Amino acid sequence: MWNYSETVKDHFFNPRNVGVLENPDGVGEVGSIACGDALKLMIKVAPTENRIVDARFQTFGCGSAIASSSALTEMIIGKTIDEALTVTNQDIAGYLGGLPPEKMHCSVMGAEALRAAIANFRGEAVEADDDEDGALVCKCFGITEGLLTRAIRTNALTTVETVTAYTKAGGSCATCRDKIEMVLGDVNAEMVSEGILESTKAFRYRGRGLADTAPTTTPATARATAPARPAAVRPSHTAAAPTPASAPAKPAPPMTMVKKIALIQEALEAVRPTFQRDGGDVELVDVEGDTVSVQLFGTCVDCSMSSFTLHMVQEKLSEALGRFIRVVPADGQAA
Amino acid sequence: MPPAIYLDNNATTRVDSDVVAAMLPFFTEHFGNASSMHGFGTAAGTGLAHARTQLQTLLGAAHDHEVVFTSGGSESNSAAILAALATHPERREIITSAVEHPAVLSLCQYLAKQEGYRLHIIPVDDKGRLDLDVYRDALSARVAVISIMWANNETGTLFPVEDLAEMAKAFDIPFHTDAVQAVGKIPMTLAHSAIDLLSLSGHKLHAPKGIGALYIKRGTRFRPLIRGGHQERGRRAGTENIPGIVGLGRAAELALAGLNDENTRVRALRDRLERELLARIQHCFVTGDVANRLPNTANIAFEFIEGEAILLLLNREGIAASSGSACTSGSLEPSHVMRAMGIPYTAAHGATRFSLSRDTTDADIERVIEVMPGIIERLRGVSPYWNATEGTGKAFEPAYA
Repeated sequence: MWNYSETVKDHFFNPRNVGVLENPDGVGEVGSIACGDALKLMIKVAPTENRIVDARFQTFGCGSAIASSSALTEMIIGKTIDEALTVTNQDIAGYLGGLPPEKMHCSVMGAEALRAAIANFRGEAVEADDDEDGALVCKCFGITEGLLTRAIRTNALTTVETVTAYTKAGGSCATCRDKIEMVLGDVNAEMVSEGILESTKAFRYRGRGLADTAPTTTPATARATAPARPAAVRPSHTAAAPTPASAPAKPAPPMTMVKKIALIQEALEAVRPTFQRDGGDVELVDVEGDTVSVQLFGTCVDCSMSSFTLHMVQEKLSEALGRFIRVVPADGQAA
Repeated sequence: MPPAIYLDNNATTRVDSDVVAAMLPFFTEHFGNASSMHGFGTAAGTGLAHARTQLQTLLGAAHDHEVVFTSGGSESNSAAILAALATHPERREIITSAVEHPAVLSLCQYLAKQEGYRLHIIPVDDKGRLDLDVYRDALSARVAVISIMWANNETGTLFPVEDLAEMAKAFDIPFHTDAVQAVGKIPMTLAHSAIDLLSLSGHKLHAPKGIGALYIKRGTRFRPLIRGGHQERGRRAGTENIPGIVGLGRAAELALAGLNDENTRVRALRDRLERELLARIQHCFVTGDVANRLPNTANIAFEFIEGEAILLLLNREGIAASSGSACTSGSLEPSHVMRAMGIPYTAAHGATRFSLSRDTTDADIERVIEVMPGIIERLRGVSPYWNATEGTGKAFEPAYA
């Protein structure tokens, strides 16, 4: 049994502000059922001074996930949008009287949902936002470089194990461990140069010196070692982090729908032979945001492994598009 | 707080008061070392010998010396597997199943990674049944050991280990079974089986923690895991845990006497619990091989909610159960057993295990049936997947019910 604080227990057994908010001004959705926790945060904002006058949540998850969501709503009601943006996952954990280390990702989920709800309120397109959030690092849990960077900065993380505890990245198949190490090395190096982390504590990617992580390395490592990347550093959303001196570069233009569908088709074509070998097939039906509906044919329809099969397709598509794509069966088919 | 209802007997059991009573004199009165040449030693040695025959009877073993006392299930598993490898150095393959307890699976994966063994992990179907074709194909004279559990700890699903052991004889492969969940719950006659090695654990059958045994069929080649003194005929060194051994012996006797109750009354209680919960709660289903499993285990997957939250609310009602959800273990994924069966994520996170014992009463089960619908409804009321799917829900219809 986890050693939850009395406040965590209170917010789990008596959650505040549960439910649906009619006509919300901002909605933030993070996580997924496959990941084991998911949170939908809805906020109502008074137009005069951009003050959050109401907030509601719905959460799928464990005790601390529900408690973190409940605490988050209590913390942000009454705050202006600018004030709410200063709320970090550390604040949520602190409000709850602390969380077990393995459960810190629940507080990160809360902070990410708040960020998404505010972005939604401000009318920032979710898709463009996702593109900005950097490369997908952990395919199992759909964790981007941007999320990793924020969690590392806010919580001063310096080991891969704590990054996993705070974000879940690397907590399943662990094939992304090397990528996590690279991001961790880069972000820690930035933090050292900004004077917010002692250099002796910083994580060094493959034992490299800090200087080696400057963005002047070979192309092979250039993508991951790009501290100047605008998405990776979001000063306005991480209260503890001072604004970097360098002006952010222009973000890459968001992907067009046509380009996206072409990429999805291409990735699906690549997996079709696997289906056909088993006497089945798969076809693209619809694309809505980052949700892709597919139709399964032949033996795939009743196959007891179809949910695993979809998971495999999901991984391939996420890989092709460089971000988390949810694959669902088209209407009328069992998951 | 209502009286506690303990339905987590696959995790551990209450030590029977008769077991405690049998043990007590061996702490204070008959405290001798069984190896000693005096009256104190004799008393301890007599207790040890008696316990060995009690366990022999429960297992239906041909000889009492086939029973070697150990510290528990994990030690027995390690000793059995490592002994088989050591006595068959020319064989470099291992067969096990995808749903083994970590005490076996982690060890096998370690051996594959560190020692270069080729590992055959036999998959299961959506009901948790072993794929016999894959098993058959994996058999060869290159295999040093097979380790397949008798009963699964999460779903109670029984594997046909006696048949599997027979099949292994064609290639003279040592056959080990982790039977910690099966011993004391179903009848067994090892004398008539081809099983070479079998692990059991005291605390799963109302004996204390820290005591267990390994059955080694006469004639099976063995190497001790722990070397030193001559105890247990040189197969397990270390001064015997006489109180624990005496307790395990008495527990074995009680388990044998209780087998009928376990397979009639307890089974009926389990079936009633499942029937009522499935009737009162929508979007849930029983996992595992319903027609072929332990009489005491019910594993029900509740869709769209998460297991730890269920357990916390049950605990507040004084009810102890267990879950295959990620969050209860500190790992980030639902249990490997649920994943091996291909249980959809929508349900795997909400899989809840109720494991009964001869201590379980009608009133216990009534209470669970009474509170469970409210707990599920409450958590679904918080879940974003529930409201979103209510009314439509067809994409989430459990194909596994």
